[in-house]
Parts: sequence; C-alpha cells; structure tokens
Amino acid sequence: MGIIRKYRFMILRRSSQLSLMFLFFAGNAYGWSVLKGNLSSSRIMDEVPLSDPFAILQIFAAGSIVSSEALLGALTITTFFAIAGGRVFCSWVCPMNLVTDLANRLRRTFRIDSAGKSWWMSRNTRYWVIGIGLIVSLFMGVAAFEWLSPVSMLHRGVIYGMGAGWAAVLSIFLFDFLVIKNGFCGHICPLGGFYSIIGRFGLFRIRHHKGKCTLCMKCIEICPEKQVLSMVGKKDGMVLSGECTNCGRCIEVCDDNAMKFGMRYISKIT
Amino acid sequence: MGDAREEISEEIREETNGRRKFLIETVRGLGFAVTGGLVWSGFIEGKKAYPFILRPPGAAPEESFLVRCTKCGMCVEACPYDALILASPGDERPVGTPYLMPRERPCYMCKDIPCMKACPTGALDKSLVSEKDGHGKAKLNINLAKIGMAVIDRENCIAYWGIQCDACYRVCPLIDKAITVEYTRNERTGKHAILAPVVHSDACTGCGLCERACVTKKASIFVLPRRVAMGESSERYIRGWDIKDEQRLEGVSPETKTVTPRSSKDPLEYLNKGDF
Repeated sequence: MGIIRKYRFMILRRSSQLSLMFLFFAGNAYGWSVLKGNLSSSRIMDEVPLSDPFAILQIFAAGSIVSSEALLGALTITTFFAIAGGRVFCSWVCPMNLVTDLANRLRRTFRIDSAGKSWWMSRNTRYWVIGIGLIVSLFMGVAAFEWLSPVSMLHRGVIYGMGAGWAAVLSIFLFDFLVIKNGFCGHICPLGGFYSIIGRFGLFRIRHHKGKCTLCMKCIEICPEKQVLSMVGKKDGMVLSGECTNCGRCIEVCDDNAMKFGMRYISKIT
Repeated sequence: MGDAREEISEEIREETNGRRKFLIETVRGLGFAVTGGLVWSGFIEGKKAYPFILRPPGAAPEESFLVRCTKCGMCVEACPYDALILASPGDERPVGTPYLMPRERPCYMCKDIPCMKACPTGALDKSLVSEKDGHGKAKLNINLAKIGMAVIDRENCIAYWGIQCDACYRVCPLIDKAITVEYTRNERTGKHAILAPVVHSDACTGCGLCERACVTKKASIFVLPRRVAMGESSERYIRGWDIKDEQRLEGVSPETKTVTPRSSKDPLEYLNKGDF
C-alpha cells in the first residue's frame, strides 16, 4: 500500500499516457473510434475535433489558413491545458516523457551527475526554438517543427510504424541520459515551451508548506524543472511558473507532507 | 588623487565590461539562432524537394498540401483498402504525410472518398473532387481526382511489342476514357495488329490500378505526379482550331518578355544583315 501511495501520481500519469497511446493505436489498428488520429490532430468518437495548437500556429506562420474544424480543435486543446495549468501535456500525455523519464532515472542510478561538471544549456532555449521555428515556418512555407519533431515521430511511430524514427528517439534518450539532465524536455522542446506559456495561469498548482519542510531537498533533486521550486524551505507559496509539468513527483518524494496539489485562486496557500 | 582616478577607471571598465558582455551575449545568441534556423531550413528544403510522391485524392497542389497537412494520419486510418501510407522517418519523403504506392496497393476510388472526408485541415480539399449536380448542389465525384497520371514505357510494354496484353486497359475504372487501345498494323509480321494502350491525361485520375495490374516484372505503366509527368505549353502556342484553347490568350499581354541576343534586334535588321 505504501509503495502505491509513494508512486500515486506516477501510476496515474503512466496510466494516462499509456491508455491515450493505446486508444490512438487502436484507432488505427482495430478501427476503434474513441480516439482517431494522433497528437497533431484527432477526433473523439469521430465527432469532437482536437488539434495541436502549436502546429496550427506554425501553419498560420507559414501563411496558410486551416479549416474551422482544426481551428476549433486547437482552441479546445488550448482551453483545456490553460485551465489545467502548467505543462500537464508534457507529464500526463506526451509519449516522449516515458523516454526522458527513463533516461533521468538511469542518470540517477548511474550517478552521471557526480562525475563532475556537465554541459550547460539555458532553459530559455525552448522559447528561442519557438521563435526560430515560427520564422523558419514563415520562410519555408511549412510548419517547421512538425517536420522534425521527435515527439510526433515517436507518437506516429507507435500508431503507424516507426521507420527510422527510433533513431530520433534513441538520440533524445542518449542526450538526456548522458549529455544534459532533462536536456530535451526541460531545455529544447518548443512544444513544452509552448505549453509553459499556455499553462502559465492555470488552476492546478503545486503548493509548498514551509512549516513542514525539513530541507531534505528531495523535491529539488527529483524535479525536472527545479527552477520552479525556488520557494522551497524559504516561504509558503504556490509554484506559479508555467514550466512546472504538474507531474507531482515532488509530492511523492516529500516525507514531510510539505508539498501538495492545490487550486490556484481557490485554495489557500498554506 | 591617484586612488580616485583608479577607482573611476575601474568603474568605467566594469561598466564597459558589462555593456560588452551584454552585446557579446546578444550577438552570440543571435548567431546561434541564425545557425539553427539555417540548418533547420536546409533540412526542410531537402525533404520538400522529393518530387515523386503521389498524394491521396483531393490533395491540394503539393505546396499548399504540405503547409496544411498536420500529419495526423486520419486519412490513412480512413482508407478501407489500407492503400495510403504515412511517411515515416527514413522514407525519404516529407515525414508524417500520406502517400500512395500503386504497385503495392492502388487507390480503389471509393465513391464517398473517406480519406478526404477524414482530413481535418483541408489539405485534402473537398472542392477539388466535387462538381455541381443538376440542382446546383455540390456532389462528390471521385473521377475528378488528380492523384497523378499514368505513363507508359513503350519500349517495355509487351503490347507495344505486338504481344496481346490489355491488362491495364481492362482494369482501368475509366476504361475507354483514361486508357484506350489503338490498333496499328504490325509491320514486322505484316499480318498482325498491335493493340497498344494509350493514356489520356484529361480523364486519367492516377489511381494506379493499371500500374498494379501490369504484367511486366517492373511495371511498364506507372503513375507519376502530374507536375512531373506533364509538360506545359506557353500561352503563345494556341490550338487556333479550338475555341476553348483560344481562351488561354485572354489577359495575355502582347509585349514579349523574352529577350535573346537575336530578339533584341529589329527582325528586319536581323534578316538584312544576313548573319543567320
């Protein structure tokens, strides 16, 4: 029982990621109509349209308009994740999260970080990648990130066949495992950056109770975006940064009940 | 006195260092961004250049198809014959976009065009496969699809050798419109006929059933994208005996834009000089 409690959000997240992936897979393989398409565009029960708002934004930048269906789908997704808050997409939906979490896990097991200085990269790189991606879209006349997104390659690979896409996934894995900690999801991925912006004012947020904190720093150690936990041990407060993925790992590792999920604007901070 | 001066210069140095640092960091960031952007663009340009790709029926012209397609794969899922393939990395085609390989599986020309209907963005455009019926209402017509055009290699097509084969002709869903058979005398034997298939671009949809049916080891009739398979005559060459073709002249300026060393001279002068 204890172990389930210790990994309660992890179990929920993996179930969410895997079941979504399976439903997409079944949409193609068995013709189930629960979810058809993939993370770029899809339909629920052949009716409700969903679209990746970042992809649609790139199509706009490339100088094209899309059908109202795709627009409505992008709006639905944007609204959902804007309300949910943080990068819920990244840690509850995105299939690449499974890969990079594994890389991070192995990184801890083999204590890669203890081997001295590692490479450094700004966490703002992702916002630059968004900007460059939109400019490249404008000049090349296509949605630029969609042409090389390893996230889409992995997701499409699971549904329609991988091709040489495994190479992209492997390189992301090795990059996160051996080069930079949380290198892809936490530094480069423009989709993550995009959802950071969207989820900036969302509802579900991590809150910290300073009074219970014993400064063990386990939460900082486990957090894939540790800059968002700047208040830990210093003051009571909510994680307000959109870069927090709402993965809930900090809550799970905290032995002092100092971290909790809360509702911004609604629940009290302490 | 000396101390104060040193202090001031130290301050200035720090200030200029700060400014210098900021400038250098900005320039470095920009350099990084431009490098990344160029590599990124180069990658896309390389992938975009692949010309021999056959898109599903109703696909907008390649440029606008590529910008609108979100690579969701719903057309692939909708295809009841599993004829559509979603390009995966390593296919040397724009990744995630749908295409056909008619020799493996052609388009069977569903009347309700489920692949087109599944498209959420309009990359597969309904208006390109619809026509007005008697009451002015738009109606789907798969025969308007322009997936590509069948091209015949006359040197390897055994019908052109004089051996009787009409596999492509018989299988064509627009038999006698898209593919006809032309009878000519077999000069080699002097007593047989050659029954040669001929493709007509106005009717051919590029479904690829002929390519699939072709009996030669490697298909001698195969579908190519229309922009690859077809030429285009300039508006200055008109079939004067065809009123419809005359219409291509509308809006064409009489001024010619082509200038060559010869055309820069007056025609009379060019004739009189006698240097041709």
